[in-house]
Amino acid sequence: MTINHYHYLRPEINSLLASDELFAKAEQQPTRYSYAEAMLELGEKNPKVVVLDADVSKSIKTNEFADKFPDRSFNFGIAEQNMMAAAAGMATTGLIPYATTYAVFASMRALDMVRNSIHYPKLNVKIAASHGGITPGPDGVTHQGQEDLSIIRAIANSTIIAPADPATTKLAVWAAAEYDGPVYLSFTRDPVPAIFDLNYPFKIGRAVTVRDGSDASIIANRDLVVQALIAAEHLAAKGLNVRVIDCHTLKPLDADVVLAAAAETGAIVTAENNVFYGGLGSAVAEVLVENNPIPMKRIGVRDTFAESGPYLDLLEKYGLSAKHIAAAVEEVIERK
Amino acid sequence: MSSKPMSVEELEKMAVIIRCDIIDMICTAAAGHPGGSLSATDVVTALYFRIMRIDPENPDWPDRDRFILSKGHACPVWYAALAERGYFDKSHLKTLRQMGSILQGHPDMRKTPGIDMTTGSLGHGLSAGLGMALSAKLQQKDYHVFVVIGDGESQEGSIWEASMAAPRFKLDNLTAILDYNHLQNDDSVDDIMPIHPVIDKWQAFGWNVIDIDGHDMVQVVQALEEARSHQGAPTIIVANTVKGKGVSYMENVCEWHGKAPCQDEADQALEELRR
Ligand SMILES: Cc1ncc(C[n+]2csc(CCOP(=O)(O)OP(=O)(O)O)c2C)c(N)n1
Ligand SMILES: [Mg+2]
Repeated sequence: MTINHYHYLRPEINSLLASDELFAKAEQQPTRYSYAEAMLELGEKNPKVVVLDADVSKSIKTNEFADKFPDRSFNFGIAEQNMMAAAAGMATTGLIPYATTYAVFASMRALDMVRNSIHYPKLNVKIAASHGGITPGPDGVTHQGQEDLSIIRAIANSTIIAPADPATTKLAVWAAAEYDGPVYLSFTRDPVPAIFDLNYPFKIGRAVTVRDGSDASIIANRDLVVQALIAAEHLAAKGLNVRVIDCHTLKPLDADVVLAAAAETGAIVTAENNVFYGGLGSAVAEVLVENNPIPMKRIGVRDTFAESGPYLDLLEKYGLSAKHIAAAVEEVIERK
Repeated sequence: MSSKPMSVEELEKMAVIIRCDIIDMICTAAAGHPGGSLSATDVVTALYFRIMRIDPENPDWPDRDRFILSKGHACPVWYAALAERGYFDKSHLKTLRQMGSILQGHPDMRKTPGIDMTTGSLGHGLSAGLGMALSAKLQQKDYHVFVVIGDGESQEGSIWEASMAAPRFKLDNLTAILDYNHLQNDDSVDDIMPIHPVIDKWQAFGWNVIDIDGHDMVQVVQALEEARSHQGAPTIIVANTVKGKGVSYMENVCEWHGKAPCQDEADQALEELRR
């Protein structure tokens, strides 16, 4: 019945969305592995692509790139700052380095290099950041990259992509290679369901409506896109028809799609597994407040550090699950 | 206050108990870092049961010696030592990495009694220890600061920034212990980014260097006592260790850096350790 409301979903997902068994039954993968798989193909196609690691290549599986292209793989050891500035240097010579580590270290340990040596000269470095948000559950706070998207967004010349699932992760990794300039790519540590087909129309900066709806819109990124879809399905059971937008590119934000959602649905909830300052919620709010200030609510990590625990339990505890998104949608509809 | 310092024989027995706790804890959590916990066990045991001036009843005692596990991922060894020393009930060890636990995946000084510094992002602990040691000098306190660092961790530039600064400030109240187990996450340290000649490097930076077998309790105790009394410069103990020490199938095997044993594997490990 709901099938026509969705776009680009794999058929399996269509049937599981309403079932409460999505995470138990759907095919899934941590998107860090999807990144590593995409790099094997990219390495084949584009000889300028090189991979830089900082002693987490076995965790992200870029060690497979190293096996396949030993000459184009460089492990710097546990030295993220050196790796980032070296990536900048390599980019000046025409190579396309994918500098790979965890989000906390990519965006914070090496931030000065990322800002001054990569973004200021607008060098063609791709920063591949795994362990986004609180997806690295059990490792705890030091490994949970919940601020990186906000931090990188504040830097001029930045492009940020936080894809929702394995297929769109691959599309993002490949699109980044075609773009001349720094791109920050964000991946999950924990598995997320494979929701989309490879026929998904991926374009940097172009948000995609993946579920039609007219009562309100949920604009989500990375691992909360699937939570948004689950929320919309639950709301459908209550007679609410909610649009879901996969806003994979955080920057540049697709203001056209945001404003169309505002005009056509009249209420917006943003959903991100990231601090709710400076990330997707802030970006959407900035567009709305200057153009069409409709009722809006932000789902995100609320000015707190999380803790060690299973990923899905943490989403519940820190207010990021489908349940919380659905409640926020009902609230904004109420305020219309 | 603190109990009587242990003899070498007692320390060796305690190290076995702590290694068993580590295996149990990581097996129950089904996640964690056994290799680097087991390699650091003898050093941490000697510190907590003989060397350090501490009071488990009073973990925030201002005059206590400080300990920092800069390679924070090896926190199971720290948690086990703290529990065995009486900082908190041993039952907590079963809650490692679970929601609401006082035992986080990486050390959290606000959640766990006895943890003197939050760590987990590599390359911070030696600088934090340097700060504590500087404070002791300023405040004319006689506590000593011990920091365990990893060999992979030693690739971080910040380690060498601290290495340069400690002799500059004449911090003879600071002791670093390098857990030289030759493995990191991806592979051997020599293959990824060699740090040798490590003794020459630290000497060149102005440190008193002591080279020991990090699993020989007599040498461990002697080195720590010497480091504590050395005047005029900080000491680094290069503890030559084996990653996964004590568990045959983990010893020198890179994969056991961050992998939990299943129950059968844990049972075998416990049997070997208790032998
Ligand atoms: C800054 C930073 N980069 C990367 C990591 C991920 N990481 C955790 S442990 C580890 C390897 C540590 O190797 P080593 O210092 O030799 O520790 P040990 O062998 O004693 O376990 C890495 C890369 C981290 N925790 N912090
Ligand atoms: Mg090591």
